[in-house]
Amino acid sequence: MLALCEVMIMNASLLNVEGLRKYFEVRRGFLGRREYIRAVDGVSFSLNKGEAISIVVESGCGKTTLSKTILRLYEPTDGRIIFAGKDVTHLSWKELKWYRRETGLVQQDPFGALPSFMTVKRILEEPLIIHGVKDRRERDKRVYKALEQVKLTPVEEFIGKYPHMLSGGQQQRLVIARAIILEPKLIIADEPVSMLDASVRIEILKLLQKLQKDYELSIIYITHDLSTTRYFSEKIYIMYAGHIVESAETKGILANPAHPYTRALLNVIPDPDPSNRFIIKNVPAGEPPNLLNPPTGCRFNPRCENMIKGICDVKQPPVIEVGKSHYVKCWLYGRA
Amino acid sequence: MEKSHLTVKNLVMYYRTLKGEVKAVDDVSFSLLRGETVAVIGESGCGKSSLAKSIIRLLPRNVSTYKGVILFNDLNLIELDEEVFTRDIRWVKITYVPQAALNSLNPVIKIGDQMVEPLILRQKMDRREALDKAAKTLRRVGISENFIHHYPFELSGGMKQRVIIAMSLLTNPELMILDEPTSSLDVLTQANIMNLLKNIRKDLKLSMIFITHDVSLSSELADKIAVMYAGQVVEFNDANTFYHDPKHPYSQKLMESVPTLRTEKKLNFIPGAPPSLLNPPKGCRFAERCPYAFDKCVEEPPLVYMNENFYVKCWLYVK
Ligand SMILES: Nc1ncnc2c1ncn2[C@@H]1O[C@H](COP(=O)(O)OP(=O)(O)OP(=O)(O)O)[C@@H](O)[C@H]1O
Ligand SMILES: Nc1ncnc2c1ncn2[C@@H]1O[C@H](COP(=O)(O)OP(=O)(O)OP(=O)(O)O)[C@@H](O)[C@H]1O
Ligand code: SF4
Ligand code: SF4
Ligand SMILES: [Mg+2]
Ligand SMILES: [Mg+2]
Repeated sequence: MLALCEVMIMNASLLNVEGLRKYFEVRRGFLGRREYIRAVDGVSFSLNKGEAISIVVESGCGKTTLSKTILRLYEPTDGRIIFAGKDVTHLSWKELKWYRRETGLVQQDPFGALPSFMTVKRILEEPLIIHGVKDRRERDKRVYKALEQVKLTPVEEFIGKYPHMLSGGQQQRLVIARAIILEPKLIIADEPVSMLDASVRIEILKLLQKLQKDYELSIIYITHDLSTTRYFSEKIYIMYAGHIVESAETKGILANPAHPYTRALLNVIPDPDPSNRFIIKNVPAGEPPNLLNPPTGCRFNPRCENMIKGICDVKQPPVIEVGKSHYVKCWLYGRA
Repeated sequence: MEKSHLTVKNLVMYYRTLKGEVKAVDDVSFSLLRGETVAVIGESGCGKSSLAKSIIRLLPRNVSTYKGVILFNDLNLIELDEEVFTRDIRWVKITYVPQAALNSLNPVIKIGDQMVEPLILRQKMDRREALDKAAKTLRRVGISENFIHHYPFELSGGMKQRVIIAMSLLTNPELMILDEPTSSLDVLTQANIMNLLKNIRKDLKLSMIFITHDVSLSSELADKIAVMYAGQVVEFNDANTFYHDPKHPYSQKLMESVPTLRTEKKLNFIPGAPPSLLNPPKGCRFAERCPYAFDKCVEEPPLVYMNENFYVKCWLYVK
């Protein structure tokens, strides 16, 4: 994705991800042959201070791996991560302490992410203690502030509760409070709302948006749910089987989807409309590829209606600019 | 007037727990003509799966109250004795695809063997005939009959869901209950399964109860909509009306929180949370969150019929 990197490095950005790869080694068969799950395979993008972007990724296709690799909870297999001008790609755990403070993660399952034996207060104090906030009053002040920011108010009512006493939406707000308590510059939200009800989803997404605006927080929203992204960010990346296949302004992608995969997605995602029930949709056959052994060439080629034999199934498609900051990785748009 | 295929009237099902009774299904009514689909929508924990289990009578042991009327082809299922129910109804005329059914296939038994077992045991078919039927049904759901000899782990998520749908079609049922049948699948696979369900219900004249928390997805099958809130159906409406003109304040608020791809729309959420089913308020269960609540709402709202079939459970509509 050279074209993408070049354009983006020009901005003074908070985060630059270049050609990021994360492979998991697995051993199979009698001989213990080494093979690799290519969960993230050459992902590049960048993010400015205070900017929000969405990355749309199918279930099981690398959302959590991408989040954890960017946050350096995993060691990248290849590529570079530049944060605030500093290369964090291979920093040691000790050197990473600073990076941990500047970044936060909001995971999919709020309940699983919260220690059941700790009170709300204790959960929020923990990162402060780890990062050396020794003054007790200072800690209390910040716990209060974080709870107010995520609207777990009146604070007194929540501070002594245990996670199981909170609703799903309240739990997720607590996870967000924990993620922002050290006042990070970047939050990665990995499917933050997929386990929540429709109404609570919007509540949480609006909360994240507000934090982004009020505190110039940069947010990467990683989700499988394309329909929520347009309410969240102006920029969107579509990922398929470890690759970013299209990126553009959200409005541009929705109006003029260029990649056959994006088009298929937009074609099948319903809006609530009673005429849907009479329509049999045109859906690409098959399912996302096995990341142990992805198809050669374009990873979408076995399912693509527009597949060009001898090209799409042989060589990786180039990244091509098809409109103003609208990029697509597909042979249909010519050579690089 | 066409005769109803399924009529549920004042259905009640409570669970007994240490903390008290959970009023999971509390006075639910709706009806369905043959070949129609009702979508049951509502938030997590509002009682959708409990409603499904009440209809097919798969009741957990701690059920404390189970009453009302379930007329299926004029037979009251609640009163039917268990022997007849097992022989003619459950997994025969009414089948059920439970929530998270993908994990219910036994990984070490071949697909074919899992499919024929109920045919041999319950329908007393011989093995050959049963295998034939299984192969035919697999083809019906778009899976090559060779898969009879495969194990579940050799199938992708979408194919497993097709096998599960095939299993629920084996007995030529009249009514299928589908509880969140696509929620763990990717978007494109989900669309493929919806296509399949549309085709089979048309070809086989099946009635369906389609349970989902996803309002947009519900419109892929629904002829009628039942909106559940805190154990009760608060609106039962025609799909053609519902999606652009929901009546109950909860339905309206719910629709405002549904993101759309094709139209500009301002999203809103409903502050607060549903009441506990252990101790729901005496009056309208939505009152605490309802922007229109007024003094009447401390009493239980009646079902206000908009026409012969459809109703809304709200004081605003009482003339
Ligand atoms: N620690 C690991 N070791 C080996 N393989 C892994 C590991 N973590 C993830 N994988 C594999 O990498 C691929 C991507 O997984 P990942 O969890 O990143 O996807 P996801 O999009 O977050 O999935 P979900 O939608 O289920 O949350 C999967 O094939 C998964 O099995
Ligand atoms: N066996 C049981 N004993 C006690 N309470 C139960 C039992 N099964 C379910 N419940 C409770 O009954 C209520 C309704 O549960 P149900 O599973 O029917 O909800 P649902 O609408 O299907 O939710 P979801 O969308 O999360 O699947 C919940 O409060 C649940 O905790
Ligand atoms: S590169 Fe070829 S196979 Fe891939 S999406 Fe484009 S046209 Fe389809
Ligand atoms: S009965 Fe009253 S509180 Fe309940 S939905 Fe209607 S107006 Fe609102
Ligand atoms: Mg994940
Ligand atoms: Mg359920």
